[in-house]
Amino acid sequence: MTRYVVWVASWLFILVVLVTPPALVLTEALKDGLVASLATLSDPDAQSAIWLTLRVSAVAVTLNTVFGILAAWVLVKFRFPGRQFLQILVELPLSISPVVSGLVWLLLFGAQGWFGPMLERWNIHIAFAVPGIILATLFVTLPYVVRTVMPVMEVQGRDAEEAAVLAGAGFWQVLWHVTLPGVRGALLSGVLLTTARALGEFGAVSVVSGHIPGETETMPLHIENLYNGYQSVAAFTMAALLALMAMSAVLLRSAPEWIARLQEKKA
Amino acid sequence: MSIEVCNLVRLAPGAQQRLLDDVSLKVPDGAFVALVGPSGAGKTTLLRAIAGLDNCNSGSVLLDDRPMTSVKDRAGRMGFVFQNYALFPHMTVARNIAFGLDVQPRAERPARAQIAKRVEELLELMQLQGMGGKHPAKLSGGQRQRVALARALATGPRVLLLDEPFGALDPIVRRSIRSWLRELHDTLGLTTILVTHDQEEALEVADRIVVMQSGRIVQDASPMDLDEQPATEFVMEFLGEAVSFAGEVRHGRMIPDDALVIPFVVPEGVTDGPVVAMIRPYEMAIQKPSSEQDVLSIYAAPRGTRNGYRHYTLQLGERIIPFYRPVDEADVQVQGVALDISRSRLFRQGLLCA
Repeated sequence: MTRYVVWVASWLFILVVLVTPPALVLTEALKDGLVASLATLSDPDAQSAIWLTLRVSAVAVTLNTVFGILAAWVLVKFRFPGRQFLQILVELPLSISPVVSGLVWLLLFGAQGWFGPMLERWNIHIAFAVPGIILATLFVTLPYVVRTVMPVMEVQGRDAEEAAVLAGAGFWQVLWHVTLPGVRGALLSGVLLTTARALGEFGAVSVVSGHIPGETETMPLHIENLYNGYQSVAAFTMAALLALMAMSAVLLRSAPEWIARLQEKKA
Repeated sequence: MSIEVCNLVRLAPGAQQRLLDDVSLKVPDGAFVALVGPSGAGKTTLLRAIAGLDNCNSGSVLLDDRPMTSVKDRAGRMGFVFQNYALFPHMTVARNIAFGLDVQPRAERPARAQIAKRVEELLELMQLQGMGGKHPAKLSGGQRQRVALARALATGPRVLLLDEPFGALDPIVRRSIRSWLRELHDTLGLTTILVTHDQEEALEVADRIVVMQSGRIVQDASPMDLDEQPATEFVMEFLGEAVSFAGEVRHGRMIPDDALVIPFVVPEGVTDGPVVAMIRPYEMAIQKPSSEQDVLSIYAAPRGTRNGYRHYTLQLGERIIPFYRPVDEADVQVQGVALDISRSRLFRQGLLCA
């Protein structure tokens, strides 16, 4: 009996908290019909927001994957002074409010910031421009690849890598042929989490972007803009699209399990 | 390929403890050397230092009289087999074995067909025919061990380093793979260093045994010399069961403290003073009574038969000591008046009396 109560309660909770919001977003978006909804996406500002989000995410995910792998590798395989501190530092973006993360970049590169005026002289714009948005997104999404890959690398140990080195493999060969294949599941998971987070980041980006429609507005910022302008169909359509993108990234995480299961069935 | 280790010192990271304390070792071309010692003696540390896996604080490793400064110098010339095999789990057996060839720079790398041929040769050599397409997870422990060996040998190294390679195998597989390994060493003309904590394994397979203790080499000798002239009490005990008797040398005779043990003549050069006599249980004998009146004060109780010896336990005053006699000995003297330990080795302050 108790089992069913718990079972029903957990489903209810999930339905209310997790399923209702996207469902409501979708109904709001389709309030005037599918055609009207899709039409809002052809607005130039909307399209520019979509492209900007995709570009920023692509850059952030690529950089954080490459450096995340290297950081995890260094943290797991070597013992050096300051290692503990570095490990805490990597997790910093998880604990700091995104708004603060955004403000840091303004402090560094804003018009009154430390490097802002100097860069301004060379006509390099970071704050209120795309590079600022990329930096803010990079900062916020930094921990995911490192934190998902590290525990698996820890389990993997050093023996296989040492065996590879003794067989004559160089650093990159070891990384590519031995270390990475051993952590590929965790790596994919980390990359997709990073993607989902990069797509949806609002706070940090909002601070550095300057909200210039068609130029520095990402999808989340554009949604807010539309909603505040009472364009609810456009806002919810964009929101539904964003939710769909993020959800498919998260769903892809379980792809390796499905593939493995399929292969097992075949064998 | 000869290996020479000169004055190797390695300190524990962050501590002043010496993992390797001024270790020097010469291994001639074609030798089969076993590194033995209790855990923490520095056997594996020494092997890893020879392979270049760990940096040492001072000292050098020479291969055919050429100093090796990094792992790169050794790549492809030394095969290393890890205790837990360290196979690449995502690769097939064939890819595992071919790894050392696959990672060679394009200019030196053999053609695909040649690599495949080499893998086939090795699979056959390791009695693993038809296993090339499997993943390591599908293999038994003994098979994985041989895949690890094949991988280590793929680049045709002249030196083979083995770190407790039989540790995880069951006793029967262990024994067969042991003699097979010795055969492999002889056929391929390798120079092999084997780390093991099992002294029997070492005695059986190696030409030379290097005993280590607390980061130092205590003795480096053939199995026979090691048995006849163990350098220290520790070596004597480590190589097999040993019984010790305290006593004193006076005028060329060792007088044991225990009255039931017969005094015996010591070799020339052993000066007077306290000594410890150590002896293997199968080297002792019980002295027959010479007349009817003698009290039979020693009696050995049978405890079964093992490895060609009848085992007994012998009550000697307060002590109980092991006592073995060969199975084929017609009538074993199990009762008597005294114990003959004249085949003992004598130690003073832990060191063999020369």
